[in-house]
Amino acid sequence: MALDDRKSEFTFVGTRPDRPDGLDKVTGRAKFGADVSAPGMLHGAILRSPHAHARIVKIDASKAEAHKDVKAVVTRADFSDKVPFQPGLEGEFWNVLENVMAGEKALYDGHAVAAIAATSALAARDALKLIEVEYEVLPHVTDVDKAMASDAPVIREGAADYSVPEGMHPNVVRYHESGHGNVDAGFAEADLVIEDSFVTEATHQGYIEPHACLGMLGNDGKGELWCTTQGHWIAQKTCAALLGIETSQLRVTASEIGGGFGGKTTVFIEPVALALSRKANRPVKLVMSRSEVFRATGPTSSASMDIKIGMKKDGTISAAQGVFRLQGGAFPGAPGDMTAMCAFAPYNLTNVKQIGYDVMANRPKQAAYRAPGAPMGAFAVESVIDELCKKLGLDPVDVRLKNAAHEGTQASYGPTYERIGLVETLEAAKAHPHYSAPLKPGQGRGISCGFWFNHGGETSVSLALSEDGSAQLMVGTPDIGGSRASMALMAAEVLGIPYENIRVTIADTASLGYNDVSHGSRVTYASGLATIKAARHAVERLCGRAAAKWGIPVDAVKWEDGCAVPSGPNAGDFDPMPLADITADMGATGGPISGHFEATPEGAGVSFGTHIVDAEVDPETGKTSVTRYTVIQDAGKAIHPTYVEGQYQGGAAQGIGWALNEEYVYGEDGRLQNSIFLDYRIPVASDLPMIDTVIVEVPNPGHPFGVRGVGETGIVPPLAAIANAVSHAAGVRMRQLPMSPPRILAALKDNG
Amino acid sequence: MDYHSPASFAEASALAANATGITRFLAGGTDVLVQLRSELVTPDTLIDIKKIDGVSDITRNVDGSWTLGVAATGAEMSEHPELSGDWPGVVEAMDLIGSTQVQGRATLTGNLCNGSPAADSVPAMVAAGVTVTITGPDGNRTIAAEGIPASPGKTTLTKGEVVTAVNIPARGENGGDAYLRFIPRTEMDIAVVGVGVSLRLDGDTITEARVSLGAVAPTVLLVDDCAKAIIGSTLDDVALDALAAAASAACNPIDDKRGTIEFRTEVAGVLAKRAAKIAYARAKGEQA
Amino acid sequence: MSKFHVSTTVNGDAVEYLCDPRETLLDCLRDKLNLTGAKEGCGTGDCGACSVSVDGRLVCSCLMLGVEAEGKQIDTVEGIAEGDVLHPLQKNFIEHAALQCGVCTPGILVAAKSLLEKNPSPTEEEARYWLAGNLCRCTGYDKIIRAVMETAEELREAS
Repeated sequence: MALDDRKSEFTFVGTRPDRPDGLDKVTGRAKFGADVSAPGMLHGAILRSPHAHARIVKIDASKAEAHKDVKAVVTRADFSDKVPFQPGLEGEFWNVLENVMAGEKALYDGHAVAAIAATSALAARDALKLIEVEYEVLPHVTDVDKAMASDAPVIREGAADYSVPEGMHPNVVRYHESGHGNVDAGFAEADLVIEDSFVTEATHQGYIEPHACLGMLGNDGKGELWCTTQGHWIAQKTCAALLGIETSQLRVTASEIGGGFGGKTTVFIEPVALALSRKANRPVKLVMSRSEVFRATGPTSSASMDIKIGMKKDGTISAAQGVFRLQGGAFPGAPGDMTAMCAFAPYNLTNVKQIGYDVMANRPKQAAYRAPGAPMGAFAVESVIDELCKKLGLDPVDVRLKNAAHEGTQASYGPTYERIGLVETLEAAKAHPHYSAPLKPGQGRGISCGFWFNHGGETSVSLALSEDGSAQLMVGTPDIGGSRASMALMAAEVLGIPYENIRVTIADTASLGYNDVSHGSRVTYASGLATIKAARHAVERLCGRAAAKWGIPVDAVKWEDGCAVPSGPNAGDFDPMPLADITADMGATGGPISGHFEATPEGAGVSFGTHIVDAEVDPETGKTSVTRYTVIQDAGKAIHPTYVEGQYQGGAAQGIGWALNEEYVYGEDGRLQNSIFLDYRIPVASDLPMIDTVIVEVPNPGHPFGVRGVGETGIVPPLAAIANAVSHAAGVRMRQLPMSPPRILAALKDNG
Repeated sequence: MDYHSPASFAEASALAANATGITRFLAGGTDVLVQLRSELVTPDTLIDIKKIDGVSDITRNVDGSWTLGVAATGAEMSEHPELSGDWPGVVEAMDLIGSTQVQGRATLTGNLCNGSPAADSVPAMVAAGVTVTITGPDGNRTIAAEGIPASPGKTTLTKGEVVTAVNIPARGENGGDAYLRFIPRTEMDIAVVGVGVSLRLDGDTITEARVSLGAVAPTVLLVDDCAKAIIGSTLDDVALDALAAAASAACNPIDDKRGTIEFRTEVAGVLAKRAAKIAYARAKGEQA
Repeated sequence: MSKFHVSTTVNGDAVEYLCDPRETLLDCLRDKLNLTGAKEGCGTGDCGACSVSVDGRLVCSCLMLGVEAEGKQIDTVEGIAEGDVLHPLQKNFIEHAALQCGVCTPGILVAAKSLLEKNPSPTEEEARYWLAGNLCRCTGYDKIIRAVMETAEELREAS
C-alpha cells in the first residue's frame, strides 16, 4: 500500500460538524465527577488547616471515630510511608502526598490535615467538628519577594535542588538561567534602554466543576476510581504510589470533565477517597466545595519580575534581559524556568539573558494553568516593548515584525525554530480592520505577542472496526473542549468513512496503554497524530485483506475515499472495495481489524499568537471595560475550526479576568480572603465583548496534518495587551496585576 | 436545625420568641442559605415566612404610598411598572443585587435584615424614606429603614421580632430617586460604594433631598450634609462639588478585599454626583 | 422530626422525597431524585450551574431548601427537550459550539430558556446581563450569546 505521510487537501478536516457528545451535554445526562454513586457509598469530608503555617502537635479523632455515622477517619499515617522525600521536583510524589494530607506541618490555609467518611454528606461535614487538632502556629510568608528575603520563615529545609546558587534562602528551590550573546554589549548599542519591574498576583484556573471522585479500594490492594481529571493515568500512578499499591491494580475511569485548564493534572482528593474506602471497606465519594477549590487546589504562581530591554531608533531590539521570581506555594514547582524561557521567545535576539527562580511560600501548591508561567513573563516584557515603541514613536506591530522570530531563528531559550507562524499573525494583525479602527476618547489600544512551547507526551490510541463498517476509537486524553469531534474528523479523514460512523470513547486505564495528561495543548496534536497513525494502521490491514481477496500483492493496493483500490493500472482491474465490504466478513478473512499507536510524539511545534484589544477607562473610578478584542493565532491546521475559535476566545476571556480583577487576596494572618466566586470575580457574560478570532495556518512539520496545539497560547498575550491598552487609555503605565479599579485610580492620582 | 413555616406573623414571632440558640427568618433565603452552606451560620431554628398570606403582595395604597410584602422578590418589583415608575431608584437598587436567579428569590426585607453595610437596596430605601413594620412579643411598631442595621451582620430587632411589611412613601409631585453603586465587574459583585439619592423640586430648585451612602461605614449612612449641599440649588456644579465633598467627608470605610479607604472615599463623591443628576432628571420628568 | 416529607412536581412528574431541612433543592434533585443535570459549581448562588425554574421563576437551586419545594412546579435541564426533540436552544448550543466542557451548559440552557420566555427579542446586552449569573470559564461567552441570539431569531420566525 502507499500512503502519503503528509496531507494538505482534506475532506473532513476543517469542517464543523456537531460534537459527538453534544446531546449528552445539552440534556443533562453527561456524567461529570460528582454525578455518580455506588451501592453502600459513604460520603467523605476533609478537615483543613485554618493556619497558614503551623506545626501539627496532635490530632485527636476519637470523638469522631466514636460517632455512629462515621465509618472511617484518616490522617497522614494512613498513606504510604515509602514515598521518598527528594529535593526539587525529583520527589514529586512526596510533594503531592504532602499536599494531599499534611505531615508534620500545615503549610497553608486550607491544607488537608484529616478526613472522614460518614453515611451522608451532612454527617461527614458535622463530624469534622469532632476532630480536635492542636496546632503550634508558626510565622508565615505569602509574598514572593518577602519569601526570598533573608528573614523569611523557612518552609522546608532541603527542598532546594542542585540548580540553586549558594547563599540563597532555603525557600528558593530551583534556579534557571539561559540566553545567548552579550547583553551588556547589546545595551551599549541601544538608543533607548528601559528597565522596569512588574508584579502579578496568583489566579485560579476557575473551572466551574469542583474536584469530585468516587473511590473503592479493598484490602486486597485492588481498586476502582472515578474522577474528574485531565489525566487518569497520572491519577492512577500517583494514587497507587501514595497508597502503596500496584499501579495496575487500580483502574481509573475519567468522568466528563467540567473544565481543568491545567488545574486537574494532578490529584488532591482522589488518594483521600481511596484511603477512606480502604479503611471503611465501602465506596467513598468526595466532592470539594468551591471554597476548598480556591483554598487548596492549584492556583497559578504569583510573580515579581525585572525587565531591561534596549532598542535602537529603528526598532531593533539590541539586548533583552529578565529576572523572573515565581511563587508556587509551599512546594517546589513554580514555573520560573518556563516564564524565563517563554518571555523573549517571540523575538529574534542577538543578546538575551533570562533568569528564573522557583520560590516557596505559605500558599497552596501551584498547579499548571494554561501555558503555565508564560503569561506573566509576556506581561512584563511586552509592556516594556510597548513603552519603548511609545517613547521612540514607533508602531508596535512594525517593531514586533522587525524583531519577530522565524524559521531558523535561534530561540531565546536555545534551540533553532522550525517553521513557525509568528510573522503571519503579526501581518494578519496589521491587516485586520480592528488595528486601524478609530478609537473613541478615553479608549486605548494595546497589542501583544505570546509564545508557548506545546507538548507531545506519551500517547496510546486504539481503533477497532466493526462488521458494519463503523469504527470505535479509544483515546486516553479526557475531552475538555470538544476533542472527540477532532479525533473523529481525523479518523474519518484517514478511513474515508463518515464522521458520524465513528464513536470516540475516552478509555479507562485498564482498556488502553499509558496516556499523558490532557495538557500542554497536546490532545489534538498527540492524540490526533496517534489517531491518524492508528487509523493508518487499520487501513494497512484493510488493504491487506483486499489484496488477499484480489490475489495481488499488498503494495499494489492503496486506500482512497474509504475503499481499497488497485494502486495503478498494472495492479489489476478491480472495482473499489469499500471498507464495510472488507469488515463484513473480516472474521473469516483473518479476524478483527484494529489499528494501534503507542509512542511519544516529539514534533509538537511551538505556537505564537498576537492579540489586539481596545479598553476604556473611567477616569473618575478607574474602572476598565474591554470594548473590542481580536485574537490572531497560528493553529498549524484547524481540525474543527469552531472549537479552535473557542480555545482562542476562552484563553482571551481568562486573560481579561487575570488582567483586570482576578487575584488571590491574603490577609495579614495568611488566610485567603476571597475563596468564593462572589469575591474572586471571574468575567461574567456582561463584562465581555464578542471576541473576534483569526485562525492563521502555518502547518507544523511535526504532525501529519500540520496541527499545532491551540489550547494554551491564547492566554499568553492578553495580560500585556490589556495592560498596554489600559496604559494608553489612562495615560499611566500599569505595572501590577490585576489592574483593579482601586489600583488604576491610585495610579491616576499619583500621576496628577 | 428546626424548620418551621408558620401561617401568621404572630405565630412566627411566637416561634422566634420561644426558640433557643440562633434563629433566622427565611424570606428569599439568598443570604441565609449561603451562610448555611458555608457553615458561617447554622441556625438552630429557621422560620420560613413565605407561607404567610399576602407576603408576596405589592400594593399601592390610596394615598399613593406602597406596601410590599416581606417575600416580594426583586424580580416581582422590577416587573411592576407602577412601582418602577414611582420609585425607579429603589427598584433598580433591588434589581442590582446578584443575578437573574437571585432576583427570583431575594427580597428588600432580607437585604435590610442581613445587616450588611454594602446591601444595595438599603441606601435606596433610606433615601426614599422607607419604613418597616415589625411584629414582636410587645406588639407592632414601625421604624425607619435606617433604624434596622446596627453593625455589620447585626440588626436592632429584638428576640421574637419579625418584619411584616415594607412601606414606601407616596412619591408625590416633582420627585425623583436614583441609586448607583460601584463594582469592579458589570454584575454579580458586592457594592464597593453605593449611593442613594431622592429629591423633590420646585421648578428647577431642589426643595427636599435625602442622600444615603452604602459600603463606606459599618452601617448604611443617611448623610444630612449631602442633602444640605444640594437643597436650594439647581444642582449646578458648585452644588455637585459640595455634594461630592460632603459624601466623601461622611465616609468612614475600611480597607478590604473589595476596595481601599482612599478608593471608597473618592468614589463615594463621584457616585453621589452621578446619582443626584439622575434623580434630578427624573424629578423633572426626563428620561434617565 | 428530623426529616421532612416533600411532595413536588419535577418536569411534570409527581415526585416525593424525605429531606433534612439543611439540604438544598439542588441536593434533593441530585441525590434523592437522581437528576444530576443541575450542578453545584459554588453553593453560593454565584455560578448559576444549578439553575432551575420554580413555578416559572428562574432560581439557583442551591439557594432554595429542598423543603421549600413542597407543592411547587420545578423544571430542570432534563425537561427541556420534548421527548426526543431537542429544544432549539439545545440544537443551537451544539451547532454553535456554545459549550466546551459542558458543565455550565445545563444551567445556561435553563436560564436562556427563561430569558426567551420573558423576552423573545433580547438585545445582545440584555442577553449578556440576563446570563451574568451563569459563569462559563471555557468559552468567553461569545458562542453562547450567538447561540441564544440565533435561537431567539428562529423562535420569532417560527411564531
